[in-house]
Amino acid sequence: MPAKFWIAALCTLAGPAFAGDDYGLGRTASPQEIAGWNIDIAPDGTGLPAGRGSVARGAEIFAGKCAACHGAHGEGKPMDTLAGGAGTINTVKPLKTVGSYWPYATTLFDFVRRAMPFDAPQSLTNDEVYAVSAYVLWLNQIVPKDADLDARTLPQIVMPNRANFVSGYPSRPSQP
Amino acid sequence: MKLRERLDATDGRPSVTRASRREVLAAALGLAAAGALGDAKAAGEDADSPPNVPPWQKQPGASVMSPPYGQPSPFEAGVIRRARNNSPPSPTPQASISLTPLQDLHGIITPNGLHYERHHAGVPAIDPSQHRLLIHGLVDRPMIFTMGEIMRFPSVSRLHFLECSGNTQNWGKPSPTQTVQDTHGLLSCCEWTGVPLKTVLEAVGVKTSARWMLAEGADAAAMTRSIPIEKAFDDALLAYAQNGERLRPEQGYPLRLLLPGFEGNTSVKWLRRLKFGEAPWQTREETSKYSWLMPDGSARQFNFVMEAKSVITSPSGGQRLDGPGFHEISGLAWSGRGRIARVEVSADGGNTWSDAALQEPVLPKCLTRFRSPWRWQGEAAQLASRCTDETGVVQPSHETLLQQRDARSYYHYNAIQNWRVGVDGAVTHAG
Repeated sequence: MPAKFWIAALCTLAGPAFAGDDYGLGRTASPQEIAGWNIDIAPDGTGLPAGRGSVARGAEIFAGKCAACHGAHGEGKPMDTLAGGAGTINTVKPLKTVGSYWPYATTLFDFVRRAMPFDAPQSLTNDEVYAVSAYVLWLNQIVPKDADLDARTLPQIVMPNRANFVSGYPSRPSQP
Repeated sequence: MKLRERLDATDGRPSVTRASRREVLAAALGLAAAGALGDAKAAGEDADSPPNVPPWQKQPGASVMSPPYGQPSPFEAGVIRRARNNSPPSPTPQASISLTPLQDLHGIITPNGLHYERHHAGVPAIDPSQHRLLIHGLVDRPMIFTMGEIMRFPSVSRLHFLECSGNTQNWGKPSPTQTVQDTHGLLSCCEWTGVPLKTVLEAVGVKTSARWMLAEGADAAAMTRSIPIEKAFDDALLAYAQNGERLRPEQGYPLRLLLPGFEGNTSVKWLRRLKFGEAPWQTREETSKYSWLMPDGSARQFNFVMEAKSVITSPSGGQRLDGPGFHEISGLAWSGRGRIARVEVSADGGNTWSDAALQEPVLPKCLTRFRSPWRWQGEAAQLASRCTDETGVVQPSHETLLQQRDARSYYHYNAIQNWRVGVDGAVTHAG
């Protein structure tokens, strides 16, 4: 049989059979499977779970699970400083903390839940994450001492440095 | 250069820098003590050179598969990753860096065991049979893939560099003893094999309202970054192999995202989840970290592209020229925007420049090796390289870069690197 025939036949097979979604690989993810991993929080609060936490409860948890690395009052050492630094960002010696630098309070909940404590990530309950977030925000004088945070109140917090964040995307080459 | 001098010049580990050639050889042969090579010692360092016939020619060598996974010669034991000299040790070695020994590498490929590391919560030990990739959010069909399924998709292999966003901290006064491993070692280049992300995304059907993609790792930091949808459908790769073998654990085994030309942090390792949405998620790694604090006090986020940059790797900091005469200047150039078009080299601190030869292949978003002949007359010199990419971006000088931003921006330092050569041949870091 002429080679041309086979080439034509193969092209016919290869075209539609392997286009787009026709590989037949993978399976539909169930809502339960997605829920177990769907832990991200958007700046508008999308993804925040049920639950609540107070500054007072957060202080207890922080003392036991966070202070060893971040200092009793978030002053840092050996790890990141969490509190203070207000007014230092636009100086020669900026002190970047949750209060002085971070643009969104939702990031605090998201990061603590996924990555903290360093030696036991994803071990805190949602109530505990709300409480620790409240405590760190109180250390930065962003929420009052009687604050009680939940999915409704956390995204309403306006972080002091929020307006100074700008996007570099899409970027243009910088010419000397 | 003799072996011992070379080890001294290039290796940061005292235990190896102090090892004599005989000790290394003894270790290689599994001898209990260097004294077993007594004859060689008595005859001096060149006892195994002509006219003498060395012992390794007088008996058969090691068997095949010794070991089954081959290792470098023991004489290369100093060619290893290490922490940065003159930097305080990280309080958490799981959330730290290790640097590629660029001064000891040839061509453009980084051996897998020498690829730089940057982890945020250690290297997870993932069973590939248990690993899953979940794709959901603004898609027609949220789907889960096993590694076996991902590896059945049509695959591609591409050579690309990865550079950590924080590579090269030359903002301030240079520390003269730093080597190119210290200054530029958060840079590596591999052949990556995997599935074009676009292929898999076409299978799940990403909705037109989706503008950003969240990539999440399966490490203990569940590291996340928001990626523009344009990149996801451009040259993003779901990579499962590097340089011919499956990914090393520290490079994301069994699956990583690879975003050619973007800052290394966005090529999320141990990739477990991709979620599509309308706006960035503002994760910790794109707000608190990996943002540039600008001179006006603003914080610039989403600075993805690693701009045109080059560095001379030989001669480079910590090395010593072993006498006047011919020395080849050799180095690496790269750009996150495409191919390298030109590299110029200066031996007089940037007063005069001449074009270096570019070694093929010259590939987009890949390291390019450049070389330039140099005859050193024994005078004090200052070596520098300057590259231009195919989009016309020219690598800036330190002064030019500092007109745009300063040390407070921390990330993406891409200015020209200078190495000072003393009259004694010693090469030092000159910023």
